[in-house]
Amino acid sequence: MSTIDTKTVKHIANLVRLGISDEETQTFSGQFSSIIEHFTMLNEVNTDDIPSASDFTNAENVLREDVVQPSMSREEFLKNAPLSERGYVKVLTVLGEG
Amino acid sequence: MELTNLTVREAHELLKIKKISSVELTQATLNRIRDTDSKIKSYITVTDELALQQARRADERLAKGENITPLTGVPYSLKDSLSTRSVRTTCASKILEDYVPQYNATVVDKLNDAGAVLLGKTNMDEFGMGSSCENSAFFNTHNPWNLNHVAGGSSGGAAAAVAAGMGAFSIGEDTGGSVRMPAAFCGVTGLKPTYGRVSRYGVISLASSFDCVGPLARNAYDCALVLEAIAGHDSHDSTTYQEKVPQYAANLNKSIEKMRIGIPKEYFVAGMDAGVESALQEAIRQLEKLGAEIREVSLPHTQYGLPVYYLLQVAEASSNLARFDGMRFGMSVSKNAQDSLDIYLQTRRDGFGDEVKRRIMLGAYALSAGYYDAYYLKAQKTRTLLRRDFETAFASCDILLAPTSPMPAFKLGEKINDPLAMYLSDVCTVSTNPAGVPALTVPCGFSNNLPVGMQLIGKHLDEQTLFQVAHAYQQETDWHERLPSL
Repeated sequence: MSTIDTKTVKHIANLVRLGISDEETQTFSGQFSSIIEHFTMLNEVNTDDIPSASDFTNAENVLREDVVQPSMSREEFLKNAPLSERGYVKVLTVLGEG
Repeated sequence: MELTNLTVREAHELLKIKKISSVELTQATLNRIRDTDSKIKSYITVTDELALQQARRADERLAKGENITPLTGVPYSLKDSLSTRSVRTTCASKILEDYVPQYNATVVDKLNDAGAVLLGKTNMDEFGMGSSCENSAFFNTHNPWNLNHVAGGSSGGAAAAVAAGMGAFSIGEDTGGSVRMPAAFCGVTGLKPTYGRVSRYGVISLASSFDCVGPLARNAYDCALVLEAIAGHDSHDSTTYQEKVPQYAANLNKSIEKMRIGIPKEYFVAGMDAGVESALQEAIRQLEKLGAEIREVSLPHTQYGLPVYYLLQVAEASSNLARFDGMRFGMSVSKNAQDSLDIYLQTRRDGFGDEVKRRIMLGAYALSAGYYDAYYLKAQKTRTLLRRDFETAFASCDILLAPTSPMPAFKLGEKINDPLAMYLSDVCTVSTNPAGVPALTVPCGFSNNLPVGMQLIGKHLDEQTLFQVAHAYQQETDWHERLPSL
């Protein structure tokens, strides 16, 4: 049986930028193991020479003339930003001062 | 005449001859919501003022007799995953609790143009992740037929609202059954259109290669009217079809004589609720009486539909939900934050519910180095086989008929602590989304006094045949006209 241990759960949580508690880590570890176990039933399927599904719609390149059109104003655009300054979204330090 | 039980078609006829006004109809529906929704909890936001404003405008249109569509003046609700300019759009998540979009989804613009009247935004599982509406960050929606049972999910509010007379139709969104399953549980008719038939622009994404916006209403005729209004190519969504939208409703009165209806044996399996099975068998007999030719078919990869769907869905969701970072919109938790990473971690911890967290993490796992081939790629290849199953079946059938769900609405709380059991309840609906084909659920009886849904599955872009068969069936039966006592 495939198991996803707490160490893996913590690692994934960090990759997806999700703060989780030790208690949640425990719960998720158990739940993920049973879910992934169910998913492994796909191993029964013979997919040799079967292409990956790419797109089921009328997948064609859609091109248009590069013409300037009216768009949302900067003020309107920033209305939902938690922090903004002089017309920009403001964020805290991204890179350290190494 | 009870105004709140009118179908779209009936409301339109009465509005057109000025027997009723849109303001009158809208006010009656708002009163119904005020008096009834405390029991059902189908709406997250009710837009009273906007509704009456739109109703007055619709009445002006009707008075002038100009530019009248079948939806002009007809009140409806929207799933809270569709963006509405100046109207709060939460996706039933804390992370978007106070989010007010600056633009409309294309579907909303189209409904505004048609003159439909927006009553409000309906409850759902957070970001569409769930099968019972119990994953809403705000409250559970109750099934109008039995308040101790779930309304289904994720568009549970939409289905319950239509069933309980709180809007003539509703717009839902179906990624793996999210329109069909709640429609079946609440006894209404609901459509998942062909992928790409309706624009996804402005719809908060769950899994972009599966998401389909579709109508829920009191019958197939009404669903046809609504699909005509919302379908079509959109320059904002390059996956939409260029093909012209047919006049579905005008072409419904055709006989279904000689229609070849395939019954996929894999959908009628052991463990299916006995009441659901007998309702389905009776519906099949009814269609046979109407002249349809019934034949058994096989969709051999059906059992893999669930893992294929969930693996791909969590992978796509994991990427889509990366946008909720507390920087540009939505909730932002920056308590004692030293850098942006702290804001990401805290915002996503406090803003997302458990199911959303589970899926974001599972998706990242399925996509991560070392597991990509075993999970994501394997699922994409098996998805091709699922699609081929449908192609093979449609070589000898015009449509397929299956249960929408193997059981009627389950009890609130019954599955909420077992995520895998909750996923398994989608077993009859998940295969159509990876294949992109359209499917319609139609009420066909009751089991333990709870509604049962029959699912009709069609060829790509052939919503017309689904409506035709459902309409013929609804001319002969009255399951869709039954009302819950509230």
